[in-house]
Amino acid sequence: MPFDVEAVRKDFPILAREVHGVPLVYLDSANTSQKPQVVLDTLTDFYANHNANVARAVHTLGSEATNAFEAARGKLAAFVNAPDRNEIVFTKNSSEALNLVAYALSNAATTIGAERFRIGPGDEIVVTEMEHHSNLVPWQLLCQRTGATFRWLRIGDTGPDGGRLVEDEIDTVITERTRVVAFVHQSNALGTINPVSRLVARARAVGALTVVDASQSAPHLPLDVQALGADFVAFTGHKMYGPTGVGVLWGRYDLLAGLPPFLGGGEMIETVDMTGTTFAAPPHRFEAGTPMIAQAVGLGAAVDYLSALGMENVAAHEHALLEYALPRLAEVEGLRIIGPATAVDRGATISFTLAGVHPHDVAQLLDEGGIAVRAGHHCARPVCVRYGIPATTRASFGVYTTTEEIDALVAGVRRVGEVFR
Amino acid sequence: MSVPMDSIYQQIILDHYKNPHHHGLIEEFDAEVHHVNPTCGDEVTLRVRLADGAIADLGWDGDGCSISQASTSVMADLVVGKPVAEAMALQERFLELMQSQGNAELTEGDEDVLEDAVAFEGVSKYPARVKCALLGWMAMKSAVVESDRQEETA
Ligand SMILES: Cc1ncc(COP(=O)(O)O)c(C=O)c1O
Repeated sequence: MPFDVEAVRKDFPILAREVHGVPLVYLDSANTSQKPQVVLDTLTDFYANHNANVARAVHTLGSEATNAFEAARGKLAAFVNAPDRNEIVFTKNSSEALNLVAYALSNAATTIGAERFRIGPGDEIVVTEMEHHSNLVPWQLLCQRTGATFRWLRIGDTGPDGGRLVEDEIDTVITERTRVVAFVHQSNALGTINPVSRLVARARAVGALTVVDASQSAPHLPLDVQALGADFVAFTGHKMYGPTGVGVLWGRYDLLAGLPPFLGGGEMIETVDMTGTTFAAPPHRFEAGTPMIAQAVGLGAAVDYLSALGMENVAAHEHALLEYALPRLAEVEGLRIIGPATAVDRGATISFTLAGVHPHDVAQLLDEGGIAVRAGHHCARPVCVRYGIPATTRASFGVYTTTEEIDALVAGVRRVGEVFR
Repeated sequence: MSVPMDSIYQQIILDHYKNPHHHGLIEEFDAEVHHVNPTCGDEVTLRVRLADGAIADLGWDGDGCSISQASTSVMADLVVGKPVAEAMALQERFLELMQSQGNAELTEGDEDVLEDAVAFEGVSKYPARVKCALLGWMAMKSAVVESDRQEETA
């Protein structure tokens, strides 16, 4: 079945909106995606017809809510090809999923039976220079708590073929001292898709754990945690056409089963005594308190929606948009693409600068023409530092993006240049 | 190339951005301040010289978005040569205008005293940009306070 973008657009009610009296051109899906009607309907149906707390109510609604929540877990497991549905931990977003791993690891320092996870002075944690702050700050904090050393893989040259990791340094930065390698699958600031298999192979060879931040890949390409080969994978619902307030940590079952909890509370225990507590098995060990029930169910509907479109088709559609957009943007006078300028190993998120115009002015003036893009450092400030710029303007595409919208963007950016020149 | 009537980018703002006034640091000054706006990364360094209770001279240098740079230029035009009390009253009025969330009712009196600064009215609808418009004004205020403090201790 060919990908019918016009049919897809009809599934997203917000796309019928106007802003400033012109049709909305939404090019900020990397920030958060819009939601299809089926996700909105699922949320309403849950609250209208099945709402109850999960796992603790014996009544009918309680069973329906629990079944819907656990069915969503199964859908997410299938979506990322997880071998076991109990490897899917619901979190509030990617940031919490990544913090969960970092805190569980430092909690291991004082947990009997978790010795193999202990991290301390002399150990090293490796990230990359292109991480979102959510996959950077938790590891800096882990290093502060444990005395481990924080290291990173650098971004290579910043020219048209640049914006990629210095692969030659993988073997020198990831060493026998490395305990964790945490890296972004697809950069939200540059669009770069990182060489997962090389990174994972090196980490494996030195016995380090791997944590992949898939926030920007889960919505855009087929994600198979078994093929990635990593130990943990984090992603966030709101960027993949699901609700806000729900994210996922996938982890290998034996690792999850060996790790101590991050947050304590209801639902994560086996038995509680005033003198001590034992913990539930994964995934519940990591889901303290009443979870985001409706949102998880909504995310289940979102991945059903994506699977019906077919992730291969989604990826092909967005790749075609990227190939359409890159050369057209590059032709605009004064425009510099920040990130790889070719469509190789690259997602459909394009950061750029425009000579003489501040990115916030670019974004504001585009908004006056109905075009929504993001401006700033995109929570990846070290990327801007590496490029020697304060900020970028970023256009990012999704399942509903059209070539007409890219034409509108290119014309809009041209116009911005003329206004400020 | 023109912008729509209701654009926040009024021609006056674009003109000041392209040709900023009182741009460049003055050699003789009583106080220097450096202010930054973390949202856009805007920066301004500003120096003032006071004489006889008035702002005798002011010069600035900066980097950042058009709103911050143009607003600093407009502010400099307005306050140079004015008694400090009047400059502070203008600063207060401009701050009120920026905090109006697009609901300011500008009077003719406002236009007389704020002159080009009324062009920034549209910015008040965008909370993320209000800080940009205020950057130079806040820097001017702290520089004047700083000069006064130095005079007292001198
Ligand atoms: C690459 C990347 N990692 C992590 C995050 C954090 O996602 P969230 O804010 O949903 O936790 C984002 C999005 O902002 C992202 O783009």
